[in-house]
Amino acid sequence: MAATVPPTADEYILETRGLTKEFSGFLAVSNVDLKVRRGHIHALIGPNGAGKTTFFNLLTKFLIPTRGAIIYRGRDITPEKPAQVARAGMVRSFQLSAVFPHLTALENVRIALQRALGTTFHFWRHQATLGVLDARARELLELVDLAALAGVVAVELPYGRKRALEIATTLAMDPELLLLDEPTQGMAQEDVERVTALIRQAAANRTVLMVEHNMRVVSTIADTITVLQRGQIIASGSYAEVSRNPQVLEAYMGSADTELENAH
Amino acid sequence: MRLTAVAYGLLALFALGVPLLGIYPVFMMQLLCLAMFACAYNLLLGFGRMLSFGHAAFFGAAAYATGWLVTAHAWGPGAAIVAGVVVAGLLGLAVGALAIRRQGIYFAMITLALAQLVYFVCLEAPFTGGENGLQGVPRGKLLGFLPLKSDVVLYYVVLAAFVAVFLFIRRVVHSPFGQVLKAIRDNEPRAISLGYEINRYKLLAFVLSATLAGFAGSLKALVFGFVTLSDVQQSTSGEVILMTLLGGTGTFFGPVVGAAVVATLQQYLSDLVGGWVIAIIGVVFVACVLSFRRGIVGELAAARWLRRAPPPR
Repeated sequence: MAATVPPTADEYILETRGLTKEFSGFLAVSNVDLKVRRGHIHALIGPNGAGKTTFFNLLTKFLIPTRGAIIYRGRDITPEKPAQVARAGMVRSFQLSAVFPHLTALENVRIALQRALGTTFHFWRHQATLGVLDARARELLELVDLAALAGVVAVELPYGRKRALEIATTLAMDPELLLLDEPTQGMAQEDVERVTALIRQAAANRTVLMVEHNMRVVSTIADTITVLQRGQIIASGSYAEVSRNPQVLEAYMGSADTELENAH
Repeated sequence: MRLTAVAYGLLALFALGVPLLGIYPVFMMQLLCLAMFACAYNLLLGFGRMLSFGHAAFFGAAAYATGWLVTAHAWGPGAAIVAGVVVAGLLGLAVGALAIRRQGIYFAMITLALAQLVYFVCLEAPFTGGENGLQGVPRGKLLGFLPLKSDVVLYYVVLAAFVAVFLFIRRVVHSPFGQVLKAIRDNEPRAISLGYEINRYKLLAFVLSATLAGFAGSLKALVFGFVTLSDVQQSTSGEVILMTLLGGTGTFFGPVVGAAVVATLQQYLSDLVGGWVIAIIGVVFVACVLSFRRGIVGELAAARWLRRAPPPR
């Protein structure tokens, strides 16, 4: 595999080339060339309906692109299946909280760890054999401040806690590239701050690509920002660059008069 | 927890004492076969959230296989049961492999269509006895020495088989595989995003369920000494759904209670009201879906849980 790695593979962990998704004539994602630099926190912003979530679903193979290619770690993953992509280290979260509601918080995290044991098809073994994973699962719960609620069934957790649990579960996969779909959506302010800190912490040794609406979050933690509008990239760069771009201001405010900061 | 243990203890005593209590053992065996069938179905519906409309195919195919091998080829009951179970498992593999490609109602429709196919094979094949089915299936001797001709002996064999299946299903649900299956049931996209090829897990669940349903069918063939088209019929697939929902899907003991209620109604009410028993069971089903959706055991468990602890904030 190493022989086929193009020179950019080290610098950019993920790249899309001319990525396009058409829904019966409607271009949801149009010819997007995006490069995600290894180790960065890269934010994807844009008004509602800009195609951010569709783009995410394309990256993680939940949708099949009409045209274009997705290169992950120098390898073309366009024809691969979603679970394959996840196993390769590109793990996503979902816009609405994605926990396993009838499993406990501990079991939720353990599901992500369990595959490593190679016993996931063993229907004759007792689940007590999964106990060896509990220590690691508790560590991850500790990280998101959920250790005290390890035994609680996920459906009973409040919303903010569910999102935290989801992040812990995602981190359990030890992904190289973390895709977060609106991680702070619908959260109270103190939860937003906690999750922001958590993302920053998680990004210490991995790359993060996130869709996010909250400009305060984006401006504080994102290294690079890409702005999508009607399925197309209209700007890309640091917050300072992007927030002065007249096209971006136009897209958000309908006029180029105001600073982007006030958009949210 | 202790209450449950006491309940199980009393039930075990009752089950062991059935021949002494003057209860007709064939009725109890029928009940146990239906309960085993419902438990197998519940593994699929309750823990895998896959709604099959064709489970009679596995139950009936195994019954035919066992009945035919015992009658036409003089196989012993043990080997014939194993063969029936294998037939059901393979059939489950074929049906499951096609059905899991779709979800929800489409999944159900595929199982229904394939089960109808199995029904017509059983109707037309030269060895199934057509409309008459297989009659006079001998019970033989299990392992060459246990005379199953005696209702009491066969009762204990069926009881042991039922307990084994019941415990086996508990183990499956509480296994590493069971954890993944429940995760897939709860949230498919999330399970995929954690790297699970969910169709493989669903297929394994389907095959396990079909295999156990087949075990129930094979036993039933020996208990009654005949196999008929009603064993593979659509109405039998409907009955197992009814028993599972009535008792409580996703609970361990629910399907057993559901099977007991349905079998008892059929047995005792049909003497009193004849064909109306079908209508009465229909009304019970509607009442269940409208007013206690969790089923009998599900509602009891929920009520107990509510009294015990308020959810954390």
